[in-house]
Amino acid sequence: MADRNFSATRIPGFAAIAIAAFVILYLPIFTLVIYAFNAGQSIAVWEGVSLHWFARAWDNEAVKSATLRSLVIAVSASAIATSVATMAALGTTRRPNFRGQTFIYVMINQPLMVPEIVTAVALLIFFGVVKQATGYQGLGYLILAHTAFCIPFAYLPIRARLEGMDLSLETAAADLYASDWQTFRYVTLPLLFPGIIAGAMLAFVISLDDVVITEFVKAGGQDTLPTYMLGQMRRAITPEVNAISTGLLALTVVLLTAFFLLTRKKG
Amino acid sequence: MTEYAIEARNAVKAFGQGDVAVRALDDVSIQIRKGEFFTLLGPSGCGKTTLLRLIAGFETPTSGQILLDGQDITALPPNRRPVNTVFQSYALFPHLTVAQNVAFGLQMLGRPKAEVDQTVERMLALVKLEPMAGRKTSQLSGGQQQRVALARALAPTPKVLLLDEPLSALDLKLRKEMQVELKRLQTETGITFVFVTHDQEEALTMSDRIGVMSAGKLQQVGAPREIYTTPVNRFVASFIGETNFLPAVLGATEAVLGSGDALALNAGGKTGPATLAVRPEQVRIVSAGEPGSLPATITGWVYFGTDTHVHLALRDGTEVVARLQSEATGDSALTKGAAVGLRFTDGALQILGD
Repeated sequence: MADRNFSATRIPGFAAIAIAAFVILYLPIFTLVIYAFNAGQSIAVWEGVSLHWFARAWDNEAVKSATLRSLVIAVSASAIATSVATMAALGTTRRPNFRGQTFIYVMINQPLMVPEIVTAVALLIFFGVVKQATGYQGLGYLILAHTAFCIPFAYLPIRARLEGMDLSLETAAADLYASDWQTFRYVTLPLLFPGIIAGAMLAFVISLDDVVITEFVKAGGQDTLPTYMLGQMRRAITPEVNAISTGLLALTVVLLTAFFLLTRKKG
Repeated sequence: MTEYAIEARNAVKAFGQGDVAVRALDDVSIQIRKGEFFTLLGPSGCGKTTLLRLIAGFETPTSGQILLDGQDITALPPNRRPVNTVFQSYALFPHLTVAQNVAFGLQMLGRPKAEVDQTVERMLALVKLEPMAGRKTSQLSGGQQQRVALARALAPTPKVLLLDEPLSALDLKLRKEMQVELKRLQTETGITFVFVTHDQEEALTMSDRIGVMSAGKLQQVGAPREIYTTPVNRFVASFIGETNFLPAVLGATEAVLGSGDALALNAGGKTGPATLAVRPEQVRIVSAGEPGSLPATITGWVYFGTDTHVHLALRDGTEVVARLQSEATGDSALTKGAAVGLRFTDGALQILGD
C-alpha cells in the first residue's frame, strides 16, 4: 500500500516555492560574499578576484578595535545572561505551578516583545542619569544593556531542555543519597549542558549583531563592529564592509556547526 | 530492636485542599517485617504508589507516621533514608554508563573508590551485566535497563528496597523471567522488598505477604494463600482471581440461596442476608439429582486450553462458573441446556463482609 499520510511535499508548487524561498534568503548573502573578493572599488561592478579588502580590513585599526570591543561585550553579556537565564529556568520549571507564573514568563521575555527602539531610548535616558551620578563612562553600560536583551534568547532553549527532562531522574538522585546540590551538580547540570551551550551561543550571536541599542547606549569611541560598519555606510561604500561581513558570517557558521556537533554527540 | 522494617501508623495523604481534597491514602496502618517480600496490590489509583512514595520520602504524609526499624523517619528527606527505589520508568541517568549508574549511590555516600569499584563489580555480577559495564544505558534493552535499575538500587545495601511496578514495561516472557530473578535477588541479599503491582498473579507468585488496597484503604493483609482462599470482602475476592458470588440468607446450620436451595454451612453464629463466595475451581459438576447437589442448567462453556469454564444457571438464574480441567477427547457431557447437579468442595464456601 502507498503511504497515504499527509505530506506537504505533494502540494502543487511545493518545489517551486521552496526553491524561491531559498534563493530569496541566500542570494543576497551570496552576492555579499562574492563582492568581498572584488579587486575593484565598487560593491556592484566586478573587476576580478582579490583578497585586497580582507587585508585592508585586517590592517584597519578602527576595525580591529571595534571587533575586539564587540567580542568583549558579546562574551561578557552572553556569559552573564546565560547564568541568569539558567537560574530563571530552574526557578520557573523545578517547582509546582504558582500564582503569577505567566507574569514572570512575560517579564523574562520582555525584550522579545518590547520594540528594541523603546528599550534603547529608555536605556539612553536611564544610563545618562547613572553616568552623571557616578561618573563611570566605561564598557559596563553596553555589557549591561546587551545582557538584558540576551536573557530571553538564553532562557528559551534552557527552559525547553529542562521541560523535556524526566523529573524522576532528580527524584532518583535524591533517592540515591544525593543532596540538593549534588543532584544539581551530577544530574541536572550535565543533562542541561546542551541547552546551556545553545542558549549561550544564541545570546553571543544576538549580542554580536546588535545595532539599535548599542547605537543609543555607546559613548564616543565605543563603536562595536556593527555600529562601525553602519558608520562606514554613511560614507563611500567599499567592499571592505563586505569583507568584514563575510568574516562575521564565517564566525557564525563555525559557531553553529560546533553547536550542532556538540549536541549531536550528547544525544 | 523491632521485628518490623517499615511501619506506617495512621498514614493519611490528601491532595488538593478543602472541598476538592482527595484522600489518596486514608488512615493506613501497616507493618512490614524484616527480610520479607511484601507486595502492595491494588488497581490503579488505590493509593499503593502513594504509600510507596511516603516510605521513600518523596511525599510527606498529611498526618500519621512512617517508621523505619522503629525510628520515626516521617520528617527525613529521601536522601537521608536508607531506602532505595526501583522506578517504574527505571529513571536511569542517561549521561552515565551502566557502571557509573550503579556507583552513584555509593559515591554520594562518600564511600572510598576501592569499595565503590568492588561493590559495582559485585552488583553487576549479581544481575549478570558485567559485559555491559561501560555501555550507556540507552544502548540496553528494556530487560537489561531493568537489571541496571535493580543493581543501582541494591548497591548501597538499603534496609528496604521499594519497587514501583518495575515489571509493567516488559513483555510477558521477560516479565516471568524477572519475577524469578527478583525472588532470587531478594533471597540472596536478605533485603526487605516492598513491591507495588496491580498484577494479582505477580503478587501471588512472588510475595511472602500481600497487602490488598482499594480506594486509599488497606483491605486485607496476609499470605498469598490466605488472601486467595479466605478473602475478607467482595473487593478482595473479585480483584484476586475469579469468584462466584451467591446471595444467601444465613441460618444456624445452613444457608438458603436465592434459588431456594439450602446448603449446609456453619456461619459461626452469623445470621441474616450475606454474600457467599466460591472459586470456580471448587465447583464440581455431578449428575442431576445426586444427593446434596444443587440443580442447575448448563448455559454455555468457554475453552481455555488447559481449562474449560462451564457457565451454569441455578433455578433462579444465578450464574455460577465452574472451572474444569479440559479432557483430551473433548467434554462431550457439557451440552448446552443439559440439566446437571452442582457441588462445592469442602470448605470452599466463604462468607464475605461487604
